[in-house]
Formats: sequence, C-alpha cells, structure tokens
Amino acid sequence: MRVALFIPCYVDQLYPGVGLATARVLERLGCEVVYPEDQTCCGQPMANAGFAAQAAPLARRFLDVFSGFEAVVCPSGSCTSMVRNHYHGLLAGDPRYGAVRAATYELCEFVADVLGVERLPGRFRRRVGLHQSCHGLRELRLAAGSERRVAPFDKVASLLRSLEGLELVSLSRPDECCGFGGTFAVAEEAVSCLMGRDRIADHLRAGAEVVTGTDVSCLMHLGGLARRAGAPLAFLHVAEVMAEAMG
Amino acid sequence: MREGHAERAARFAADEGRARWHDGALWAVRQKRDRLAEELPEWEELRERAAQIKAHTRARLADYLEEFEREATARGAVVHWARDAEEHNRIVHQILALKAIRRLVKSKSMLTEECGLNAFLEARGIEVVDTDLGERIVQLAGEPPSHIVLPAIHKRREEVGALFHRTLGTEAGLSDPTALTAAARRHLRERFLRAEAGLTGVNFAVAETGGVVVCTNEGNADMGTSFPRIHIACMGVEKVVPRLEDLGVLVRLLARSATGQPITTYTSHFHGPLPGGELHVVIVDNGRARLLADPAFRGALACIRCGACMNTCPVFRRSGGHSYGFTIPGPIGSVLAPAWDPLAHTSLPFASSLCGSCDDVCPVRIPLHDLLLERRRQLVAGPGSISPGKRLAMLLLGLALRSRARYQASGWLLRFALRHLPRWLLYGPWNPWGRQRELPPAPPATFREAWRARQGQGRKGGGGG
Repeated sequence: MRVALFIPCYVDQLYPGVGLATARVLERLGCEVVYPEDQTCCGQPMANAGFAAQAAPLARRFLDVFSGFEAVVCPSGSCTSMVRNHYHGLLAGDPRYGAVRAATYELCEFVADVLGVERLPGRFRRRVGLHQSCHGLRELRLAAGSERRVAPFDKVASLLRSLEGLELVSLSRPDECCGFGGTFAVAEEAVSCLMGRDRIADHLRAGAEVVTGTDVSCLMHLGGLARRAGAPLAFLHVAEVMAEAMG
Repeated sequence: MREGHAERAARFAADEGRARWHDGALWAVRQKRDRLAEELPEWEELRERAAQIKAHTRARLADYLEEFEREATARGAVVHWARDAEEHNRIVHQILALKAIRRLVKSKSMLTEECGLNAFLEARGIEVVDTDLGERIVQLAGEPPSHIVLPAIHKRREEVGALFHRTLGTEAGLSDPTALTAAARRHLRERFLRAEAGLTGVNFAVAETGGVVVCTNEGNADMGTSFPRIHIACMGVEKVVPRLEDLGVLVRLLARSATGQPITTYTSHFHGPLPGGELHVVIVDNGRARLLADPAFRGALACIRCGACMNTCPVFRRSGGHSYGFTIPGPIGSVLAPAWDPLAHTSLPFASSLCGSCDDVCPVRIPLHDLLLERRRQLVAGPGSISPGKRLAMLLLGLALRSRARYQASGWLLRFALRHLPRWLLYGPWNPWGRQRELPPAPPATFREAWRARQGQGRKGGGGG
C-alpha cells in the first residue's frame, strides 16, 4: 500500500527522528512511503486558539497536498483529529474533503485497523508507561477511555504489548490529561505544569523507565518538565518504540 | 490586563499541597462515579436517552412550561414567571413580605446563587439560612460556593472547625467531621424550627403531573418544607421534563454522575401545598431564552447540574471553583458564562486543555469541549476580548505556515535560536514555557532534510537524521 506521510510541523522541525521512525515502521510492515514536501502545518494551533480565519487556508492547503492518496498517515492523534473532526467548518463544502478525511489515519490506528496487524515483530525490553493523549483517546477513540462504559479496547497498548519483552506499567490514572493543550501550556502555565508533574509522578510510581505516547506535543511538555526536575525517565514516541523494537 | 482564570488559578496552584488535596478529593468522587456507572450495563444508552429527552423538551419548551403551569395550578400551586434575576428576587420578596415573614430557610439552589437572592432579601431585613451543610459553611464564611454539588469542597476540615468555632461557638481545634456535622445539625435544627418559610431549588419539574422534584442527601429540603407552611420552589425554565417516566432516566443518571450514589438519599416530589399552606413555583428565564435561540450553544441548556464535568476536569481540580469567577464553574460554567456577560468572562473558554473528559462523563452528553472551542471562535470573531499581541502572533503564525518557504525559514530561525541563544535570554521572563520546563533540543536537521538524505542514500541505512 502506498502511504503519504503527514508529518506535523513541530515533528518536522524539532523531532525528525519521530518522522523517520514512522516511515521505518510503515516500510517494515510492507508499505511504500512517500513524503509530499509541500506540507507545512494542519492549522491546529490557530484553530484551537479560536482563530478559524487563520486555520482555514491551511486546511485548504492540506487538501491541495494530500488529495488523491490512498492513505495519509500521521504520527499524531491530535493533528489527525484536526483533519478528521475539525476541518468541516473550515472548508465550506470543498468536494475533496470527504476522500481526504476518510484516508487520513493516526499511525497506530492505521497499523491496527487498515493493515490489520495484531502482533508486531520485535522486542523492547523495558518498562513502559503509556501516556494516552487526549485527542487520540477521546476524539479518535484509539481506546475505550475510563469515562465510558463500553467494551474495553486499546489500539496503542495492544500494539505495544505485542512487542516481546515490553512491560506496560499500570498507572493510577490511566488517561488523565498531561496539561499540554497547545496554547494552554503557556496561557495557563501554572496549572499546565502541575498537571504535567502529576502525570510524571504517576509514571515514576508505576516504575516506568520509558514514557511513550501517540503525540510528541504531550511528550515535549512532559519531557521538558522531567528534564528540569532531573526525573529518570526517557520519552519516546510510539513510532520510536516500535521502530527500535523492529530493528 | 484584567485578571482572568489563569492568574486566579496560578494563585490556587501555588499552594501545591492544597491543590493536590483538592484534586484528590474530587478525583475520588470521579472514581465513585465510574464504579456506579460500571454497575449499569445500559449506562451509555441512558446517557443517549437523557440527551434525547432534553433535546425534545427544548424544542417544545414553551408548550411543556405551559402544561406544567396548568397542572401545577390545578394541584394548588401558584406559578410565577420571572424574566430575569431582579424580577425573580422581587417575586420571592413579595411572597414573603405579604405574610410579614422574617425568617427563611433554603435548600441548595444554584439559581438563587445566580440571581443573588440572599443579598437581596438580607438587605430587606429577612434572615436567610442556607441549610445544605456545604452551603451553610460557605454562607458562614461569607464566600460563594466553589462547586455546584460540593459547595465547600475547597475547605479542609480544620478550616471548617475554625469557622464553626468562630461562628457557632464550637470548641477550638475541633476537626472531626462527625463532630462538626453534629454541631451544624444542632445549629440548623434550631433554624428549621423557627423558620416561617422554606425555599428550595428544583431538579426536575414534570409537565404532565405539575410536580416538582428536589434531590438532597441531607433531607434539608424536606425539613425546610415540612415545618414552615410556605414553600417557594425556584427553577430555571430548562428544568421541565415532559413525563414522570422521564425521571426513570434522569434520576438514575443524576446522583450516579454527581456523587457516585445510586440515588440521592431524598428524592422528594411536591404536588401542591401542605394542608393550609402555600406552594409557590417561580419559573425564571434570566438569559435562558437567549441561549435557547442560539443554535451553537442551546445544547448547554440540557445540563442537569450534576457537577461531573467539574470532578473530572483536570484543570478544575487544580484551580478550584473560585478561579472561574462565575456561579457555575468548571467546563459547563465556562460554556455558559459568556452567554450572560461575554466581556466579563473572556478567559474562561481558554481555561481548558480541551482534553474532552467532560464530554464523556456528561450524563446528558453535552459536547462541552467542542462548545468551549466554539466560544473561543466567538471571542476571536468579536472585538475587545483577545489581546492585540495574541492576534498579531496568530496572524504571523498563520502567514508563516501558509507558504513552504516562509515555514522553512521560520523553522530555521527557531532551531537557530534554540541552539545559539544564551540560556539567560532563551529562558528569560518572556518565556512562560521555560519557567518550569526545558525547551526541546534543536536537532541538526529537519525531518524533510533527513528524509531527502535518506532517499538520496537509496534507503540503505533507513535512518540517519
């Protein structure tokens, strides 16, 4: 299957390893991977701050860049959800949107649902804490979530658990927000950081050596707090964990 | 800049011990709610049914209110209509003044908080005693409630002990909850006995029966409406439901969502006055019709005031209800407040990480985080509420991201700054990110550069960067 990489702007600029790991995982699973170079940003930073007029041109640009691909895969639940759940009001009935929306996936859901992979080959011998990023969890429904009474499932955890040697630690609050929240991280700095430090403490208590998740933005916030505090935790995106495990 | 949620929240969070204790207390309520929801296999179906009942009622609100008025009147109640808070307060005062009543006991009513009834009546010489324990605590402390179900959740028991010592004359240093509750009980019993009228809120008003339903855990609404012969029930227009059987859905959801109980200890149905007494029902609009007319936000009228969105909100738990500066705090309050006074509450729609947990606990499925986002869009589209600095920043960011060349140049600048600026400058007071957090290290190449290099190598290493 031919897959177009949708690499979020901050991943392109600050976390190239996450993009490369995403490509490697997809290739190892038999996909042909292309990277449309005209992509910049999906518009989420502006849209979440309420600036729809600034986000709309980027939504249109996204359609220009990604129309026609069979699959568009992104190592971010939040950016994927932007395209799937928040473009509607910005695109004023653009006929290309339906197809692009249907073709755009977060990495783990693509691996689990489209490629139909249940077990990943490879081993990762470390104790891992999974941070459930909110938009992946509650907007893309990558897992059941602790609030709803539905049959339990967790696409990300299932893939991680299938790696030999990987032990997922159990957290006292399995899906509480880390406090990143885009501009919230700076506009409400005090509460944002308290939320993040509480998450880190939960992972440390549970014995995690590595914290992983579907969104680098959350990990950048948590990692920034952990580094300042000297907490002994490594932060790796799920693509990096999978790529490292699969060799 | 005017003080907003962020500044008030920062003060609350600065006392980390207190913020963590507050967080833990409310998280425990959220967990109780989870356990109770877990017991009902039909939980999600109930939520859907509740949302439908509320949507249906909203679409025919005027009809159901009139039906309620007819049925309630037929059962001997007097129904009053109040356009706004002022009219509501005057109606209540008139009912009391007509009988020369000087002593009123109240059970919990967020509507009367919204209308500022206590101050209005006290200014006219009427003693008003809130009889819900939490409400009484904040009333004695001279504070507004910080939570709609747990009004004094922000107070530790030692603080309640000191408050009771000062106001009720209990012994100094008392902090045992049972002893404190017993002291409040003795104090309140005396107030119940001498009260001349009782006022309650309304959880549900049933159109087909003309009855009003009041849910409490302390039985204080029942005490307050049993001793005095006059009962005044105050309700917002959104409290009406069509049929008695709708309560089979809504009552099952309410206490489970609010406090993790299968049902509140007392669920009292009032149909008409006591023998020889009076039952007045005051139906209040106070901005609700305006909200109903707004297609983007009318869904928020479905709220049954369970407080579940507050208990689950990671921001509320760490910033306290008072940081919202509105009668209804938390996610639902941040959606509602701008409907009353948009310019006074501009920070509230931004007091959220948009994590969406509130949507998933809401028993009537209000899409709270989507509505918060819609409020943000509304504020940005209107004048005067977003700072010029933020507008400029967003404009520039939008411009930079719209062209690949500008995007790459801006990215280069960012990485250059991360790599070369001295620490004192990079982490200067201008940078709120860096107050408690490290910035990410700048990588030597972007993804697209690394990707090109990798393609150029014929994918032999498959990595690099």
